[in-house]
Amino acid sequence: MTQTRRSVLHGVLQGAAVVLPIPLLDQFLDGNGAAMASGAPLPRRFGSWFWGLGANVDRWVPDRVGPDYDVKAELKPIEPYKKDVTILSGFNVELDGRPNTPHVAGVWTLRTGSAPIRNDEVDAPSLDVIIANAIGGGARFRSVELTAVGEPMASVSRQSASVVNPSEASPVAFYERVFGAGFQNPNTADFKPDPALMVRQSVLSGVSEQRQKLMQEAGSADRQRLDQYFTSIREIEDQLALELQKPAPADACAVVSKPTEPKIGQEIESVQATHRLMTKLLVMALACNQTRVFTMNYSDATSTVRRPGSTVTHHVLSHEEPVDPVLGYQPETTWFVQRAMEAWADFLTALASVKEGDGRLLDHMLVYAHSDTSLARLHALNNFPIMFAGGAGGRIKTGLHIKSGGAPVTRVGLTAMTAMGLSIGKWGDKSMETSEVVSEALV
Amino acid sequence: MKPRPPLRDLAIVAAAVAALVMAAGSAAESLADGGATPSIGEARRLTDDQYRQTIADIFGADIKVSGRFEPDIRREGLLAVGSSAVAVTPLGAEQYYMMAGSIAAQVTDESHRRALFACTPGTPAGPDDRCAAQILSASGRLLYRRPLDPGDLRSQVALADAVAAKSGSFYAGIEASLSGMLVSPEFLFVIERGRPTPGEPGSLTLDGYSRAAELALLLWNSAPDDQLLAAAARGDLGKPKGLAAQADRMMASPRFERGVRAFFSDMLGFDAFQGLSKDTIIYPKFSPEVAADAKEQTLRLIVDQLVRRNQDYRGLFTTNRTFLNRRIGPIYRIPVQARGGWELHEFAPGDARSGLLTQLSFLVLYSHPGRSSPTLRGKAIREHLLCHDVPAPPPDVNFAFVQDTSNPIFRTARQRLARHRSNPMCAGCHQMMDPLGLALEDFDSSGEERQDENGAPIDVSGVYHGAVFSGAAGLGEALSKDPQVTSCLVHRLYAYGVGRALTAADEAAIAPLERRFDVDGAYRTLVRAMATSEAFYRLPAPDQTTRVALQATGGQGEGQR
Repeated sequence: MTQTRRSVLHGVLQGAAVVLPIPLLDQFLDGNGAAMASGAPLPRRFGSWFWGLGANVDRWVPDRVGPDYDVKAELKPIEPYKKDVTILSGFNVELDGRPNTPHVAGVWTLRTGSAPIRNDEVDAPSLDVIIANAIGGGARFRSVELTAVGEPMASVSRQSASVVNPSEASPVAFYERVFGAGFQNPNTADFKPDPALMVRQSVLSGVSEQRQKLMQEAGSADRQRLDQYFTSIREIEDQLALELQKPAPADACAVVSKPTEPKIGQEIESVQATHRLMTKLLVMALACNQTRVFTMNYSDATSTVRRPGSTVTHHVLSHEEPVDPVLGYQPETTWFVQRAMEAWADFLTALASVKEGDGRLLDHMLVYAHSDTSLARLHALNNFPIMFAGGAGGRIKTGLHIKSGGAPVTRVGLTAMTAMGLSIGKWGDKSMETSEVVSEALV
Repeated sequence: MKPRPPLRDLAIVAAAVAALVMAAGSAAESLADGGATPSIGEARRLTDDQYRQTIADIFGADIKVSGRFEPDIRREGLLAVGSSAVAVTPLGAEQYYMMAGSIAAQVTDESHRRALFACTPGTPAGPDDRCAAQILSASGRLLYRRPLDPGDLRSQVALADAVAAKSGSFYAGIEASLSGMLVSPEFLFVIERGRPTPGEPGSLTLDGYSRAAELALLLWNSAPDDQLLAAAARGDLGKPKGLAAQADRMMASPRFERGVRAFFSDMLGFDAFQGLSKDTIIYPKFSPEVAADAKEQTLRLIVDQLVRRNQDYRGLFTTNRTFLNRRIGPIYRIPVQARGGWELHEFAPGDARSGLLTQLSFLVLYSHPGRSSPTLRGKAIREHLLCHDVPAPPPDVNFAFVQDTSNPIFRTARQRLARHRSNPMCAGCHQMMDPLGLALEDFDSSGEERQDENGAPIDVSGVYHGAVFSGAAGLGEALSKDPQVTSCLVHRLYAYGVGRALTAADEAAIAPLERRFDVDGAYRTLVRAMATSEAFYRLPAPDQTTRVALQATGGQGEGQR
């Protein structure tokens, strides 16, 4: 029998059993939709970790390639996780005559495979969106985007040319979204679907029914935007459908309590504290199967992070601070790079500290960490500092330094998508187009 | 003041209910004027403010709108232009959905429904088709800015009935349908619908309801009210007299000030006040409350100058008037008598403060958190007030030369920036920006006046179009005489009104408005002329993609933040 939403609605409100077809969830459930099927694979997960204004690459990129690479001064904080991190160096961005809009061209080439034509127009979607569309379904949130600098537009995730996925800037708001109303602890024994959810589904199904008419009337540009809107509505419908299902147990899930809002802003202490809190919440969101794809924006592309009492931001320093003739780099600017790498180590610590299955949460995901430039002072687009962390459930070789002699940086993105099980022949535009993965990184 | 219950006494309700009954089972036909299948011009996503105003105007100011809105995007210098480029992300949809649920629950609760709805159900414990249709057609017409088409109304009533029947509550049904309308694209987007222009083959003009929506956004930053929709239904908005009558009525309403505030907030980039912070060690007098007051102060001055006193726009750059309250008084070092309110202050002749550019809002917004920025201030004057395009800096410039390493501490910004203006790679743009901003250097990042920077005296002299001037007063005077200032305002207002990048056809329509505005700088006259011109409601032909030289200023590019 085909069940319409309405018949399901009536069923629930009359106390009958609820059965909604959720194909993506089926693989984790047995025939009764209640218990974890034995031997089911852990979910595949993908994340990005972004920091602004790169690094002094000669103090960051190891000299030795292969396993047992040397950890240089600016990478020191990750020393304990050397075996979990693969360094990818020597990958470049070519602009093919497009403008090197500082802090824009590099980051979007890494993430969309193509440099923007105008400052704010990007040939998206970004790779996290492509990956989320493939593996993000079946979790309550197809993806989550977070930032530690308090600015929703600090986001390296885009749906399309003008549609940025804004970042959650408030840990409390993020907590409410994931662990507030609608959250079901996967490990509680009793499960009762909330009849109000069915009403909400009917409401949204009524909204979705307006799609066809509007699509017929709209011009092509608006059609795309309206289509994006309906896709977003569809995601809430899927979310509600999931909330009506008994969730699969998740042994690593330990529900966190509601945090206190930290001071949010661009001062370094605020950024570090917000980042740690966001990370803690994110880790549980992953462990509790609330999402499988995330983007963490530790800082923004033009890093506005600063020290209290200072007249200048990290970004302004990167332009105005003289290179110390003895040290050979900008010491104040570099101070911020070191804080970013410490935060990255904090992030890895949090992912590595959660036991899951026969390993750690970190082993069951791939985190793609990168910046918007290599050397910020020159807005350099060659030899980007890039890392992969986590084994992606046995698909990625960790603990290597892989050095390229100037290959397009899109090969790294294509490798990440391949590791996530996507079958993409080519990715990128013009000289950034590639069909080659970084095979040394793949198992 | 008790909000007027807007849904109760609508003449349209009876007609809509009749239409519902008549249309049952028949093919959907448009209630909008004309009848032919419309073409969509563009869909503008409501801004945060427009959403809030619309809810307040339709359901009353005491309905709380709590939620986060997706960030807007600035295009061609305006968020209003960006509004026809933004979409709704999954996170945004979640937020709209939550807000919709909360608003619908408030509207249908016991304390509101009696005032808002024109009928009561036969029994509150179950469905009532007729009353549901009455409530939903009246609410839907205001939310969608046009009558619901019969098919849509039928679906809404059916949903309300189903929920009412199963839950045993009429109002639970209404709540469900209302929450659906509140996340409908017909509400969240202002969807422009066009029809062939009579006598001009190939040209499209906005239909009556779309004209109403456009007028309401321009003049009120909100949705059309009952009277405006009724005028649209009668076809009045397609006739010069009817259009003028509505424009005059709307401009006489207190809501018009809101519209003026919304335009200038957009044009001056005031959205950046959200999240603006200063280093509290360096600027202890500054706080988020001061930031909010700084914005309010400038909007008050603009309304005073352009709406209440109907004075020349250019006078904003030289006026000695301002409004102060007790929170921002200390930054001006002026005692304020009024408790908890605003009072007029007139600066004495020769005061360093003069006009818009010396308002806290401008000075604090276009500065770094820890220091002032002549470059940011100059860029803001160029981009926001003169509609110039300041290109991004070259990417491969070696910035090390900005600082002389043998003498790393330059005390004033003028000294620091001198190298920018003498280096050929940088000079092109910095020559545009820095000299304007340097004239404001006697005001620090928190907007407070200062005599020196790091112990060195501040030189606020400058040259504009070849003429020497000194300080903010001199700069304001120079700007007030530059025809580019009035031209920029007319272009920005027009683009704000049509909500998209300007086309060549728009330029032709703008030219006479510009000439007129250059004579008297009368803002009210300009707005009225725009709102009552046929060209304003013309949809751009598909091949009119030529963009005029008003470039985007948004994005996350360079700009020394």
